[in-house]
Amino acid sequence: MALQVDDAVAGETPGHAHPGRRGVPRRAGAVRRWFEIALLAFLAVVMLFPVVWMLETSLKENRDVYAVPAKLLGFDVTFDHYKDVFIQRGGSGASDLATNFKNSVLVAGLSTALATLLGVPAAWAYSRFPIKMKKDQLFFILSTRFMPPVVVVIPIFLMYRDLGLIDTKLGLILIYTAFNLPFTIWMMKGFVDEVPGEYEDAAMLDGYSRLEAFFRVTLPLLVPGIAATAVFALIFSWNEFVLAIFLTSSESARTAPPAIAGLIGGTTIDWGLVAASAMVFAAPVLLFAFLVRKHLVAGVTLGAVRR
Amino acid sequence: MAAHDSSMPPAAPLVAPPAARRLRWLGDRTLAGLFVSPALALLLFLSVFPLLWALYLSFTNYSATRDAPAEWVGVGNYLDILTSGGVHERAITTLIYVVGAVGLQMVLGFTIAYLISRRTRGRGIMTTLFLVPMMLSPVVVGLFWKFMLDAQFGVVNSFLGTLGLGQVEWLTNQRLALLSVIIVDTWQWTPFIMLIALAGLTAVPRYLYEAASIDRASEWFRFRHITLPLVWPLLLIAVLFRAIEAFRLFDLVYILTQGGPGVSTETLSFHVYKVAFLGFDTGVASAYGILMVIVVILLAQLYLRYLDRLREA
Repeated sequence: MALQVDDAVAGETPGHAHPGRRGVPRRAGAVRRWFEIALLAFLAVVMLFPVVWMLETSLKENRDVYAVPAKLLGFDVTFDHYKDVFIQRGGSGASDLATNFKNSVLVAGLSTALATLLGVPAAWAYSRFPIKMKKDQLFFILSTRFMPPVVVVIPIFLMYRDLGLIDTKLGLILIYTAFNLPFTIWMMKGFVDEVPGEYEDAAMLDGYSRLEAFFRVTLPLLVPGIAATAVFALIFSWNEFVLAIFLTSSESARTAPPAIAGLIGGTTIDWGLVAASAMVFAAPVLLFAFLVRKHLVAGVTLGAVRR
Repeated sequence: MAAHDSSMPPAAPLVAPPAARRLRWLGDRTLAGLFVSPALALLLFLSVFPLLWALYLSFTNYSATRDAPAEWVGVGNYLDILTSGGVHERAITTLIYVVGAVGLQMVLGFTIAYLISRRTRGRGIMTTLFLVPMMLSPVVVGLFWKFMLDAQFGVVNSFLGTLGLGQVEWLTNQRLALLSVIIVDTWQWTPFIMLIALAGLTAVPRYLYEAASIDRASEWFRFRHITLPLVWPLLLIAVLFRAIEAFRLFDLVYILTQGGPGVSTETLSFHVYKVAFLGFDTGVASAYGILMVIVVILLAQLYLRYLDRLREA
């Protein structure tokens, strides 16, 4: 679109002396520039508005939440909804949501740690050694991540029921580990590939075994990569919803996403509370995503695409 | 690092640390096996084994709530599914959804990436801002939009009202509900395409544009013959990736419409959920799931093949 507009504008002033790119008259260039900036700004506003709106809603008094026409500005700010997220209404104890958030931290944290523990050595082995059918194995690993969760959850549900893992945090931690492992292996393999194998060879010439070479030479160099990978795994398990809603039912095991979704189940919906809990839930994700922004392309493609 | 330290004194004889002798039995092959097998074991236990179980169940009339043992029904479940009109309807809904959402995301995402790549200042901050929706949980996104699209007090209708337009039943109108889900998905995942397109656009070598400029190539020519061919392979990867994810879509539908009104937004994934967890027809749901898995595997193969080609290029 921007192109066509520019061509049209440039076409109105024909016969200019300068050739090529620099030949576009300055005025037309400026028009185009401002048009592009305006379009970009408009798109940015559209993309960010829902987030801003939710933030506003979480800070509004209940009567303003449902005001028609909607109040964009000039409402009274209250933190009551945020208080409700953590503290039982009317009481002084912790709310159910606070328990769910605690579960989320535990489940996301432990499953990430486990996936890293299993995934980093595997990635190193795949990067360094000539393993039989390596490519097929790697493709197989990644394709397990593409399975539709709703389908996977049916046999997992039956299996967990027999093993007594249904409605437990351990069950969720295990399935999230399996869910994050393909990503961790692919992402980490990219980082290991970037560390020259010669470093290890040199260490082994000095008498270290291969294992020691990995721990003493390569592993320290991988730390930034491991951190980035772990942050993505953390975000994925923190955000996960489908498995959580089917594999947990009690408040003691349930993580935050199904709990927040459950807030809209009743006949009356307290949108202020929904907004506040969504904000509390989303804030750490955005912070973490900001920390790993350099690796986002690799991260969101499950480590498959690297710049 | 350790290697460096121990090689510093030039005349000192090389003495192997004792550990090396202790670990000599640990050859490369053993080590590779030791490091890879726990990961593979977990995947076999929690990804492959369940799928094989589902494959077995798909040939039975098993129900998760009945205590009766599963009875073998052969390919009955598959025949039922493949000949059912309801399933065809859901397949079409899913197809419309995948094509609509991914198409919109591609156009918008590429446009934004192109606009950002033409700016010299503020690229980082703009990219970061545009990426916010993608990092949010589908639950949060679904709730945001359910609130905004509410027919009575939703902010979208409120805007339409101030513009003098009528109220729209975004999520409860038979015709509009699917469009609404597509819009929400587009809002969330346009940044994904944008991010990858941007990676491709910034990787286009500057000298190509300069050469085209010397040849007085038109803006359109440059776009068509330099930018697009170089970005296209990466964009295709992104599109395939999104298509796989869109095909699996469940969470947004669950939160926004629960498949309604009627079955107008019931995607295949959501239908599997209804058969498995509301109807407890586990055998049929498994057959359903296996069919979906086959589609996903085909798409994933395509994706991986292109990925391979891209890496070798």
